[in-house]
Amino acid sequence: MELYKLTIHEANKLLSNREISAKQLAESVLKRIEEIEGKVNAFNTITAEEALKNADAIDKLIQQGEEISPLAGIPMGVKDNICTSGIKTTCSSKMLENFVPPYDATVIERLNTHNAILVGKLNMDEFAMGSSTENSAFKNTRNPWSLERVPGGSSGGSAASVIAGQALFSLGSDTGGSIRQPAAFCGLVGLKPTYGRVSRYGLVALASSFDVVGPITKDVTDCAIVLNVIAGRDVKDVTTADKPVDDYRTALKDDVKGMKIGIPKGFLDKGLDSEVRTSIHQAIKLYEKLGAELIEIDLPHAEYALPVYYIIACAEASSSLARYDGIRYGYRADDYDDLEELYKKTRSQAFGSEVKRRIMLGNFVIGADYYEDYYLKALKVRTLIREDYAKAFEKVDVILSPTTPTSAFKIGEKREPMDMYLSDIYTVPVNIAGLPAISIPCGFDANGLPIGLQLIGDLFEEKKLLQAAYTFEQNTDYHKKEPIL
Amino acid sequence: MKYEVVIGLEVHAELSTQTKLLCGCAAEFVREPNTHCCPGCLAMPGTLPRINKRAVEYAIKAGLALNCDISEYSRMDRKHYFYPDLAKAYQVTQHYQPLCKNGYLDIETDDGVRRIGITQIHLEEDAGKLIHDQYETESLVDYNRSGVPLIEIVSEPDLRSPEEGRIFLETIKSILQYIEVSDCKMEEGSLRCDVNVSVRPKGQKEYGVRSEMKNLNSFRAAHRAMEYEVKRHIDILEQGGEILRETRRWDDNMGKSFPMRTKEEANDYRYFPDADIVPMYIDRDWVARLKKEMPELPSERRDRYVRDYGLPEYDAGVLTSSKYLAEYFEECIRLYDNPKNVSNWVMGDILRITKEKDIEHEDIPIQAEQLVGLLKLVDEGIISGSIGKSVLEEMFDTGKDADTIVEAKGLRQISDQDALLDIILKVMEDNPQSVEDYLSGKKKAMGYLVGQTMRATKGKANPQMVNKILKEKLDELKKE
Repeated sequence: MELYKLTIHEANKLLSNREISAKQLAESVLKRIEEIEGKVNAFNTITAEEALKNADAIDKLIQQGEEISPLAGIPMGVKDNICTSGIKTTCSSKMLENFVPPYDATVIERLNTHNAILVGKLNMDEFAMGSSTENSAFKNTRNPWSLERVPGGSSGGSAASVIAGQALFSLGSDTGGSIRQPAAFCGLVGLKPTYGRVSRYGLVALASSFDVVGPITKDVTDCAIVLNVIAGRDVKDVTTADKPVDDYRTALKDDVKGMKIGIPKGFLDKGLDSEVRTSIHQAIKLYEKLGAELIEIDLPHAEYALPVYYIIACAEASSSLARYDGIRYGYRADDYDDLEELYKKTRSQAFGSEVKRRIMLGNFVIGADYYEDYYLKALKVRTLIREDYAKAFEKVDVILSPTTPTSAFKIGEKREPMDMYLSDIYTVPVNIAGLPAISIPCGFDANGLPIGLQLIGDLFEEKKLLQAAYTFEQNTDYHKKEPIL
Repeated sequence: MKYEVVIGLEVHAELSTQTKLLCGCAAEFVREPNTHCCPGCLAMPGTLPRINKRAVEYAIKAGLALNCDISEYSRMDRKHYFYPDLAKAYQVTQHYQPLCKNGYLDIETDDGVRRIGITQIHLEEDAGKLIHDQYETESLVDYNRSGVPLIEIVSEPDLRSPEEGRIFLETIKSILQYIEVSDCKMEEGSLRCDVNVSVRPKGQKEYGVRSEMKNLNSFRAAHRAMEYEVKRHIDILEQGGEILRETRRWDDNMGKSFPMRTKEEANDYRYFPDADIVPMYIDRDWVARLKKEMPELPSERRDRYVRDYGLPEYDAGVLTSSKYLAEYFEECIRLYDNPKNVSNWVMGDILRITKEKDIEHEDIPIQAEQLVGLLKLVDEGIISGSIGKSVLEEMFDTGKDADTIVEAKGLRQISDQDALLDIILKVMEDNPQSVEDYLSGKKKAMGYLVGQTMRATKGKANPQMVNKILKEKLDELKKE
């Protein structure tokens, strides 16, 4: 078997037993990258040399008989909006094309402590704005299941690389679905942790009150392993919760007997692809068969989720992205006569159209004349949506829904921004409420494209999510299928 | 027509915390550019703020000193505008939920005490600084100041003259120094103010149209700017003109204000809450503790001086107007228990000399014990009061102790009865006319003879003794 096909827990076993070396594993992954990157286009930066050096160091530790972390020697890819000290962090934007941060994100620091091995930085929609990775300033990443299709987004490179065997796992970021949607499109497990469970320090901000870092993995066990390392309070991010971190691996139990699963009323009616609907219905039946109790729940304000999300997230993005002014770092226009022209040319030339669209929208809704009608109103509806979920979680343990209304669409297919925004309809409400949610594979459509099932948990109830997801995985084999490249 | 002046002030004071508002960088003023900067100060992507609790504490202290309500819930907002010294292109400030609200400050004016409303005090970060004069075509940016904590104190439009405005500013400065939340060093830019000026016909309720001037970095400039604007407004109204609602730039060198932008051109700062900084719930026990620990304020100290030392209210007010001066005074009376005498010397000669030499109270080169040393020489009759004044001048210039100067210059007073008698007899002999005048009832002549005696001794004669001996000798002649 090719080593790049291993899961984290499989590889860890082989490494611990000294059946393989970290170097062999890294070489296998790097070779895979070399072979298929031309087709997939998942990476913005490949750190092969460093990776091999680090693998050698870890092999030495193993030879010395030291007990190793479950992530030691595991090749990982990192979305290109998570800062890596000394390694370019571009956000797939011309603006930061050559930006090299002098610091690591907290999640990177933690993964480094656990001796995970970075193999490269992954393509994404520019500044994480998009659902297809087509908004990258550099290239289109392709879906390994069907190269003419998108891998989803904005963490498209993070999902494509893992399913293609270019990394054993990856980190993505999720502001409105950017981990779960590409995980669904690529047949992977993608977890968006509770807001505040994982540090945002070093994650380039898109929308501060939504952003969260999470893993994209080949199965639920791997997901728990990575979450164990990245979760927890960080003094550098005051929005992280001062709550103890569970050992998420203890949640990996094949048991949903008596678990109450909520099905939102009306979620499976309109706008949903019929093959996705069929898969979701089958998943519901399976849970029922395994002993879960299904309860219909009402989320009356969910229909306002998209406008609320775009108002608040764009407001925050317009503010977070104001710092890219060409003064201290990043792109600066070549010729300008004065300061104002420097600003205008720099920002006009270096931001892509989706980024500009959201900056304009965001500036509009927090302008003095519209603040109350748009921004403040959206905040109020956000509270209502949160309350909807809080009420629902009085009755249920997890909520089940599709991750996306369709399977992966073709590159270039969605030309209208609204069409693209609608592909996040099931994921966005979760970010509005700050809840944890996971996407797991639950079937394939007639074109052989993966379909994702989303499970949503109450705040900081990642364990319940993982248990429900793990049980589903143990009783299906969708996660075992691989694309042929 | 008679006009009433309406002035509101916004005072920005840098807080004297060790570290900056949102990161761990040192907040102290340094000249070497960009040495107190971290990735956060430069707004590098992915960096996050952490609010400095000490800065919050200082803002609350200022609020307590200015009789404000301290909010139970407060929050930081972002104020957006582009300028190279503003790294994030937004300033972290408080627009919607400031820490302190609804306060007041009583100021002492010639017309008595006036109560000036304080709308709010909010916490915010300072920006960096542009350096324009090093290259002809390019400007440099120094981010050392980026993120240094400030408070902005916003007054109600309750001030009725530029003079009241000046007193308000000086009182605020004094209070902030007393409660040790700001150095208020103007020359380092740690105290700046914006002034809003309007005028209205006396008796009219509605405010006139106001103009605003920003970033005045000295009280003198602020005072002049207020006076100029008041006059400008009245002149326009007198000529039947209309005042524009605008922001103006004050040019202190020219002593004039110039239009900068009108209301229509005003920036929309797009204020909204900063989601990276969690809201603050201000613990009531904490506030109560800060209130209890509050040091004596200038007005309280002034009242104490009047009560305990019997000083005139005016003198007590001057002495307590700056924390440094008051402490200097108290140090002196700890060493020398004659508050009135110390007050006279400090109020008189010391403040006169500092004013002449244009030096800050903090920079008075005479230590408390040195001043006390001088006062004791006068008390003991070793030198006269007038010699004392000249010794004080020399102490200012050289930093030497009083007795060193007195010895070196041979300024000891002549208190030897026989020596003085010889000199006085000589003076009488040389000025027969004056002696005659005195004997014929012109008492003034006595003063002249004393003056001549002092002159003959180069001021060293003990004046009380001169008076006494001279009077005895003249009275002897009278009897004859």
